[in-house]
Amino acid sequence: MPLADARAQVGDLAIVPHDPILDHAWLDRLAQGCARYTPLVALDAPDGLILDITGCSHLFDGEAGLIDDIDQRLTRLGMTLRHALDPTADAARALARYQTRPAPDEATAIRRLPVAALELDAEATTALVRAGLKTIGDLASRPMANLAARFGADAAMALRRLLGDAPSPLDPRVAPPPVATERRFAEPVASLPHATRILAELVGEAIAELAERGQGGRHFGATFFRSDGLARRIAVETGHATRDSGLVMRLFAERMDGLADPLDPGFGFDMIRLEVPRLEALGATQLKLEGGAARAVRQGAAMDELTDRLTTRLGRARVRALRPADTHIPEQAQLALPAIDAPPPMPWSAPEPGEPPLRPFYLFDPPQVIEVIAEVPDGPPHRFRWRRQAHAVRRYEGPERIAAEWWRRRDNGGLTRDYYRVEDDRGRRYWLFRHGLYDEKPDPRWYIHGVFA
Amino acid sequence: MRESSQPLAGLRQRIARLAASGGPASLPTQGWLATGHDAFDAAIGGGLTVGRTHEFFAADALDGTSAAAFATLVALRSGGDAPLLWLRTVDAGRRTGHIYAPGIAELGGDPDRLLLVETADPKMLLACANDAVRCAGSAAVIVESWGKFPLLDLTAGRRLTLGARDAGTTLLMLRLNAVPTPSVAETRWNIVAAPSRELEAHAPGAPAFDLELLRWRGGPAGTRWRLDWDKDEQAFRDAALSGAVLPLAARRTVHPLGAEAA
Repeated sequence: MPLADARAQVGDLAIVPHDPILDHAWLDRLAQGCARYTPLVALDAPDGLILDITGCSHLFDGEAGLIDDIDQRLTRLGMTLRHALDPTADAARALARYQTRPAPDEATAIRRLPVAALELDAEATTALVRAGLKTIGDLASRPMANLAARFGADAAMALRRLLGDAPSPLDPRVAPPPVATERRFAEPVASLPHATRILAELVGEAIAELAERGQGGRHFGATFFRSDGLARRIAVETGHATRDSGLVMRLFAERMDGLADPLDPGFGFDMIRLEVPRLEALGATQLKLEGGAARAVRQGAAMDELTDRLTTRLGRARVRALRPADTHIPEQAQLALPAIDAPPPMPWSAPEPGEPPLRPFYLFDPPQVIEVIAEVPDGPPHRFRWRRQAHAVRRYEGPERIAAEWWRRRDNGGLTRDYYRVEDDRGRRYWLFRHGLYDEKPDPRWYIHGVFA
Repeated sequence: MRESSQPLAGLRQRIARLAASGGPASLPTQGWLATGHDAFDAAIGGGLTVGRTHEFFAADALDGTSAAAFATLVALRSGGDAPLLWLRTVDAGRRTGHIYAPGIAELGGDPDRLLLVETADPKMLLACANDAVRCAGSAAVIVESWGKFPLLDLTAGRRLTLGARDAGTTLLMLRLNAVPTPSVAETRWNIVAAPSRELEAHAPGAPAFDLELLRWRGGPAGTRWRLDWDKDEQAFRDAALSGAVLPLAARRTVHPLGAEAA
């Protein structure tokens, strides 16, 4: 129906343009949410999800309980749900999409499906219907060879999958890591040095595979499976893609040394697996022929390795680089991001030539309360007391008025701050502010926010 | 005479080898971190020597910012994009304040070069400092500590200095709220904030520093300087005597006499 006709029939028609990309993103989000039911969730674009609930349904009091739960959740999100259960993925999918009549059991339900459930092209479906073969059951009762001869091997395969005679594998959304190697042992490995040597071999194998792909790893995760069932995962990250097995092993050694709960082989490891979930393109490097550049590259590499090592030892949040943020609220104007994957440097606002620094060297976050003697309502501070020490202000500049970001706040509010740069009688420079104007707040407090050089 | 014991002979040989290679002082220097103030740099032989340890003391905790800023400015003055490693303990942010990148940008430094490393305790701080000084390619390594630092004894200090010498890095120890103790540092400074040059309408001016050279392995110590930072020139210069405008505090009667001492 053309849009104009639809509008003529329904006055207040809501019109939304079709956006397949957004639809797919939404389906992907739903699939993420379904990970609560089973780890194996496959997308059936554009509007389906296939969940492998083998061994999961008892957690929801059986299949009916599971379906109820999914139904409630998705209905709350405004979705309309059609569902079906079947031992094979293709059959469940066909039942959910094409079933029109109820059936006593799953096999009968499949046989009662229309031939359209095979999803052949329109011509073939019409031909089948004209030949009097209207349901899957009609087709299944004929010899498979005739179907294959007339409509191709794909049609025969689709039919066998529906009937459960051929496997219909899932393509789950959570992809396994692109590079993974593992080693299984007939006899458990109870010695940690030996296990480390095997890990080094695995790293070597993974790196050989990375070299073939022209890629480098950013994240290496080793899982040690103990023979008594315990599995311990130890992961290291690098700031740049790498194919240097020595570096990766040094990071692993650093990580294992720093474990609060050391890796304990117990009765031995019966499997060690190494995964490289995060890859990046990394071309081959040839340093020897590049002359002068080689040294610079090596120095940068040494620095990167130091960053990786300190990050491995201390944690991501303890080794940081500073990046600007676009706000004039002083404590939010810098972002301290993990150096291991900080975004590329961005320009900082350049200082005015000839002006003294307007921002402090050290910043207190949160600001510290001080007692101030100042003129009311908006005079500069004359003396203040901070950390049990009195300071007499000799020089000052201000106020620099910084308003709250009302456009980001729900209540459009927030107090204005009046900042003063002051110097005390001993030559120390501080950044003080009054939190709130006198017409905003009856008795605004003073804070020290930073110290200048 | 033949040594009676084989291990003893081995030890003697090792000692002889060590003596032949000399201490840190015998190695040629790889450059200086200069302040840009000619008289000051000349007085300490070109600037802060690369590949050595330099200590900056702020005896009063309130002067910590001046000491930190002086070390940062000297290190970042060198230009290029070599990172400046700054190691401190996690409680330093609460005590002396968080390093504020817009403030460093206002001083003319490039905050992108800063790599902040925060450790849980002084022991880990020392371990990370040992790794950091052994990594070539940094502009300098600043290690900020608060109060007494009993772990940093002569052995630990020498280990750090040897690491810095081998890698050609410069170690700047920031000792806030601490009094000087024996160490292997090349230079040792006491830094105090100085009143700045007054601008229009009683506004505070550019950062000013009172420096006192407490110890210098290469010459006489005891010289005092008053410098302020010119961010447009990226250099330190003589602070104008602010006495004309404002009387100096009683404890600051010492006139800068750097040139005479040099």
